[in-house]
Amino acid sequence: MKKYVFKRILTAVITLLIITFLLFTLVRIMPGNPFPSERMTDEAIAAKREEMGLNDNIFVQFWNYMKNVMKGDFGKGTSLYNGAPIKTVLGKSLANSFKIGGIAILLGTFVGLVLGVVAALNRDKFMDVFCSVVSILGVCVPAYVFLIFLQYNFAYKTTLLPYFFDSRRFFESTIIPSVSMSLFTMSTIARFTRNEMVEIMDSDYVLLAESKGMYGSKLITRHVLRNALIPVVTVLAPLVVDLLTGALVVEKIYGIQGIGKLMVDAISGEGIDYNYVLALGILYSALYIGIMLIVDLVYGLLDPRIRISSKGGDK
Amino acid sequence: MEEKDKILDIRDLDVSFRTSAGMIHALRGVNIDLYRGETVAIVGESGSGKSVSMKAAMGLMASNAVFNGGEVIFRYKDDNGEIKEVDILKQDKKWIRRNINGKHMAMVFQDPMTSLDPTMTIGKQITEGMIAHLGISKKEAWERAKGLLEEVGIVDAEKRMKNYPHQLSGGMRQRVVIAIALSCDPDLLICDEPTTALDVTIQAVIIDLIRKVQKERGISVIYITHDLGVVAKVADYVNVMYAGKIVEVGNVNEIFYEPAHPYTWGLLSAMPDLGTDDDRLYTIPGSPPNLLHDVKGDAFAARNPFALAIDEMEHPPMFKITETHSAATWLLDPRAPKVEMPEELKKRIERMRKEAE
Amino acid sequence: MTNYTEKDFVLLGERDIQTDTNFASQPYWRGVFKRFFAKKRSVVGLIIVLVIIVLAFFGPLLSQNGYRDITSVKDPETGKEIVARGLDPQIPWLDKLLGKEADDGLFADKTFLFGTDDLGRDLWTRTWYGARVSLLIAFVTIFIDVIIGMTYGLVSGYFGGAVDSVMQRFVEIANSVPRLVIVSVLAIFMPKGIGLVIVALLITEWIGMSKIARAEMLKIKEMEYVLAGRTLGASNFSIIFKDVLPNTVGPIITQVMFSIPTAIFTEAFLSFVGVGIMLPECSVGSLIEDGFNNITTLPYQIVPPIIVLALLMLGFNFIGDGLREALAPKLDDM
Repeated sequence: MKKYVFKRILTAVITLLIITFLLFTLVRIMPGNPFPSERMTDEAIAAKREEMGLNDNIFVQFWNYMKNVMKGDFGKGTSLYNGAPIKTVLGKSLANSFKIGGIAILLGTFVGLVLGVVAALNRDKFMDVFCSVVSILGVCVPAYVFLIFLQYNFAYKTTLLPYFFDSRRFFESTIIPSVSMSLFTMSTIARFTRNEMVEIMDSDYVLLAESKGMYGSKLITRHVLRNALIPVVTVLAPLVVDLLTGALVVEKIYGIQGIGKLMVDAISGEGIDYNYVLALGILYSALYIGIMLIVDLVYGLLDPRIRISSKGGDK
Repeated sequence: MEEKDKILDIRDLDVSFRTSAGMIHALRGVNIDLYRGETVAIVGESGSGKSVSMKAAMGLMASNAVFNGGEVIFRYKDDNGEIKEVDILKQDKKWIRRNINGKHMAMVFQDPMTSLDPTMTIGKQITEGMIAHLGISKKEAWERAKGLLEEVGIVDAEKRMKNYPHQLSGGMRQRVVIAIALSCDPDLLICDEPTTALDVTIQAVIIDLIRKVQKERGISVIYITHDLGVVAKVADYVNVMYAGKIVEVGNVNEIFYEPAHPYTWGLLSAMPDLGTDDDRLYTIPGSPPNLLHDVKGDAFAARNPFALAIDEMEHPPMFKITETHSAATWLLDPRAPKVEMPEELKKRIERMRKEAE
Repeated sequence: MTNYTEKDFVLLGERDIQTDTNFASQPYWRGVFKRFFAKKRSVVGLIIVLVIIVLAFFGPLLSQNGYRDITSVKDPETGKEIVARGLDPQIPWLDKLLGKEADDGLFADKTFLFGTDDLGRDLWTRTWYGARVSLLIAFVTIFIDVIIGMTYGLVSGYFGGAVDSVMQRFVEIANSVPRLVIVSVLAIFMPKGIGLVIVALLITEWIGMSKIARAEMLKIKEMEYVLAGRTLGASNFSIIFKDVLPNTVGPIITQVMFSIPTAIFTEAFLSFVGVGIMLPECSVGSLIEDGFNNITTLPYQIVPPIIVLALLMLGFNFIGDGLREALAPKLDDM
């Protein structure tokens, strides 16, 4: 297990380093003027390049950049927010995104699990059909469509909830974006849990447990749920990533100052903010790789087949 | 001889399954008797309904099963020592789980690689049933489980109890499954092809183990298999099953030395045999009928080289040959022409007889 | 039983022994088709997708308006051009048929099945034109992805060893970059628009295909008949074309059925964010964005593209599920 953990962490770190380097190189070799917001003469640009170290060897530049990144310093934006330090902007945005995304993933996971379990226990009955309709809907309709629907009905037609995100009404403001983002998570988890449960209920070892005389809730909690829920952990990683992507539009529409909106601003405005693209690219990749790593480790911890790998081994 | 104590009595069991392709008529009137302390083998090709009939007896049917009729009478001593007689098919699942499964009837499944819960330790899986049925403490169950593991031939039982299934080999796992089955001292042990998924070298060991515990504990065993070699070794009585019906039943000598049904002839001919100089292995031509469709007449007629015209119109009844031996084939009807088993098989049986002596 | 006579008890003798009605040697693909069409869901999915494809290509022809045309009529009194902004759906002949009071407005004789948008363009035409763009993007990119992915996977699997492990490391790294980051970097190098969407999809969607092709290649390489073929001098190419490709068809088609909705989703998402399809062109995604921008004034403008998007998702997912099950049937549980 120790070796497994170590190996996983090492691969993750190396992968992230490679990606960061690639991103850095791509962003630095971009064509055009990196200072689009300022009118400058060619000499001034050349001077500025020299000052920023843009003429150094790319490895030297990367080394210097990474030294700063380690300290949390991503430099300044080239066009966004009047060149405020990216670190401050990013910090605030991350907090907002994590709060709303966190609520969405918790809500989606919890409701999805309940729905999936209930559906599997009532196979081919009403709840099963209901669950599959809900999960089809959640998979076929993007989160931002739900958001638009909720916003129109609950914040425009009736003014129960704020129309835009309002940090002074934080709790009420999170309802619409969290709920709409959680639906995809919820339906995927519901469908996955349901199918996993059904498969396990038909498995040989559940049959053996029944032949021992296990039944009802004991059978379900001891033999079915445990085995069904472990693999659910594995779908969580791609779901969190989908959530990150979905957050882009959701944050844009609902006016949430999060990393998703930051990303949209960085790429869709008139001038592209290279430094933000780089910082956000590193951040998103790190989040992605980190989540996959955590999920792998948690899975290994939960499943004895990975936790205890050696045949006949002790401990 | 004293009256034998009948423990299981399956009468006219008729079961269909609802599937996406339609209703599959898996069991078409099955009759099986089992007496205390005896071993009965059920033999047949895959899909003939061997496992289904035993799952029905255990109350382990999938939810798409439809019972068209019949009964499964099981006789056992209840907690107060009184002899009880129940029809398993008339009881609800919960009652069967609480009073029969594990406690009086236990099962060993085909594939030990998939029949143990991968996320639960061996010890927990063995003690689980004991704690539920015998009302003993965890600690006591744990001690008993250790004893059981030693009984089924597992060394350093203490250590194995803490292991997960994936840490054991196939043979070891099957021993664990047998230990689980024996944990509450059942009256009847159903073994569903317990050796098919194992290495040849382990097969004999597991069969010997089952025979040993049967002798020591005096329990009845039903052995589901398609391997006649195994049958010859373990069984007192043999039921030959084809397309959801028992086509021949008799004691082991009758089935092996005086088989009467052409299907049994085919099975015996298809047995690999070292004594023969013919190096081709006989196979029964064709494949079993599709039970999605109604079977008219004798289900085996289409593959039977000795079929009679009537086989295509009417299913043959069981013709009694001796007190213990009967077969469902029109060849035994007085009106039928005299048909002998194939010469090749006769020779083979002769050889088997000699070997046995 | 007495009604049977001696003559019913004759041996039938030598006959053709009936074989297999269970697993009768049905051609593989016929079995797949049969299982596919036996499922209601897959048929529904197929119908939905076909209907949308037909409408996407012929729907705009049913209307007199092009997707960029702005409908306007000269007001007979003032002589000013009046633009048909934000009309509700109207079908004059149907109204007449139902005996409804005809609108006496300026556009009473014009048919707008889905109404018009804020600029006076026919939403029926725009919706189907947008669906056409979205579908074309998806089909074209996925087609190229299949070729890239299959080539990559086959090469990696065929050579094995060091080549394979280097190529697989690359896949691992490529797989660890979120799609979002790829899009954002692309946005630096490319102008926003349809090209960006296509390249983004090309970069991300081939990985799944390559995994399928590689797995199949590895499996088949081990099979004895291929080894035999190689020792008998069959060329590498003939092995790939005769043995590996046919076996990948099923899983690849299934993967395609799941990739197409992903592509449509991604396109819609990028267009919504504002780096995808640019005005006056339109796609399902940009139509949803348009609808969203006008949601307070013309709340129904957003409905048709959303429904088309959802139905496309639904249809392709149903087909994909159906295909997967048809290709790998589970034995019915007894």
